[in-house]
Amino acid sequence: MTRPPARLHAFNPPGFAFAVVGLALIITAFNGIDFDLYTIIEGGPRLTRLLGQMWPLNFEALPRLLNSLWITFLMAICGTTLGIAVSLPLVLFAARNLTPHPYIRFVVRAFIALCRTVPDLIWALIFVIVVGLGPVAGALAIMMDSIGFLGKFFSEASEEQDPGPQEAVKAMGGSRLDVAMSVVLPSAMPAFTSDALFAMEKAVRASVILGLVGAGGIGIELKVAIDLFKYETAALIILLIFSLVVSVEQVSNRLRAKIIGGD
Amino acid sequence: MKADDCALKVKSLSLTFANGLKIFDRIDFSVDDGERVAIIGRNGAGKSTLLRASLGMFPQSKSEGEWLYGEPMQNISGRKRRQLLRQVGFVHQRHNLVPRATALTNVVHGAIVRYRPSIRVWNQALAPGYLREEAMDLLERVGLADRALNRASELSGGQSQRVAIARALMQRPRLVIADEPVASLDPVAGEEIMELFSRLVAQQDATLIFVSHDLSHAVRYADRILGVRDGRIDLDCSADAKSIDELASIYGDEDDD
Repeated sequence: MTRPPARLHAFNPPGFAFAVVGLALIITAFNGIDFDLYTIIEGGPRLTRLLGQMWPLNFEALPRLLNSLWITFLMAICGTTLGIAVSLPLVLFAARNLTPHPYIRFVVRAFIALCRTVPDLIWALIFVIVVGLGPVAGALAIMMDSIGFLGKFFSEASEEQDPGPQEAVKAMGGSRLDVAMSVVLPSAMPAFTSDALFAMEKAVRASVILGLVGAGGIGIELKVAIDLFKYETAALIILLIFSLVVSVEQVSNRLRAKIIGGD
Repeated sequence: MKADDCALKVKSLSLTFANGLKIFDRIDFSVDDGERVAIIGRNGAGKSTLLRASLGMFPQSKSEGEWLYGEPMQNISGRKRRQLLRQVGFVHQRHNLVPRATALTNVVHGAIVRYRPSIRVWNQALAPGYLREEAMDLLERVGLADRALNRASELSGGQSQRVAIARALMQRPRLVIADEPVASLDPVAGEEIMELFSRLVAQQDATLIFVSHDLSHAVRYADRILGVRDGRIDLDCSADAKSIDELASIYGDEDDD
């Protein structure tokens, strides 16, 4: 019988150096933020006190809060819709199988990446300056975020489609637009819809936060309630947000299962 | 012979791949208007490649000229090229239909260059009435009128190939090019569809060039046979000049009967 090889059969200096540097980085990180387990344990009673102050829930402001929640939801819908409306035409330039030129593809993909890498909170700050406080700024911020997400995923879905039918339409003399609209769009429709639903979920979560910087919706209510120590109201707001996010996710999951399972 | 008399004429076509592999070396051939030509050859002989290269589908191919109905195919704009290709109906080995689109929509797609603005032929629901009727008529002729609203993905291989034939004819092509149109089907369905195909092409007075590794199809459905071997056309004869056995000894696949 052949004996198994030595446990440490090959010493790999670069790998070892990499591990040492990685470990050093992690230790530095915890030191750097003054991470201290004791402080956390000490904070425990404060957490129980906070939870105590949150009860009983204060339903006084419920009608106004429901209205804010509704606006938050509408903001997410508008933002996602705008994002889809901009992303779909971008696919014509960003997808490898449809772009007129690799350079154009590069530029458009760089724009999409920019939309994605700038956090939605920053977009919201920018649009609050541009169009003023309120849900329109929030919708525009969500639009930019959705372009970053959908521009990438729509293009990838387009690139994944079977090239055969596309070449068939090209061989008939079809233009790029003909290929996109008669072959790629119908073929990639389930993927596009599923991606759009994901973007919608993401937008609902994001729209909750955007209120914090004045971009409309229920976020501002949460900030005010916490700043004024009205924890009973804050708790209600958190529960409302939670139920909105969960319901949207549930509906979207079901729709997606139906779309993907349907074909 | 003047180029104008030919459906397709290729002069001194060479094709060398980037890895230095020489596929064709200065091939000449032409196909007359109204002819039915079969291209035969063993697996890997370059039958399909020859067809594609003669229509300028390989950027790396070189030639002293390629003409489609007398119009040069070289050094032309993409737009001009699309206009020329409109006269050519392709039937591929794989049917290449849009799987999620209905049979009728797939046939309507055949009018994509003929009808402007093409937005109305992206889907049958948008298409003008006369195009829908024309597409329906073609579906009827390939025996699939009752499947018009079935998605292509719901059709069998043979049915899909019938839809693909209807789509090619929807272009009202002067030249129909088929690349092993029945190779993916079982022999019975293949025979049936080859028969239907050649009859429909004849009804439209179109020229037919088809690639086939089935020598009996070549002898039966073509007037003229071109044999491809070792990067050249080494046979060019009328379809009744050689027996199947003679052809098989040179062009048959070893593993075939």
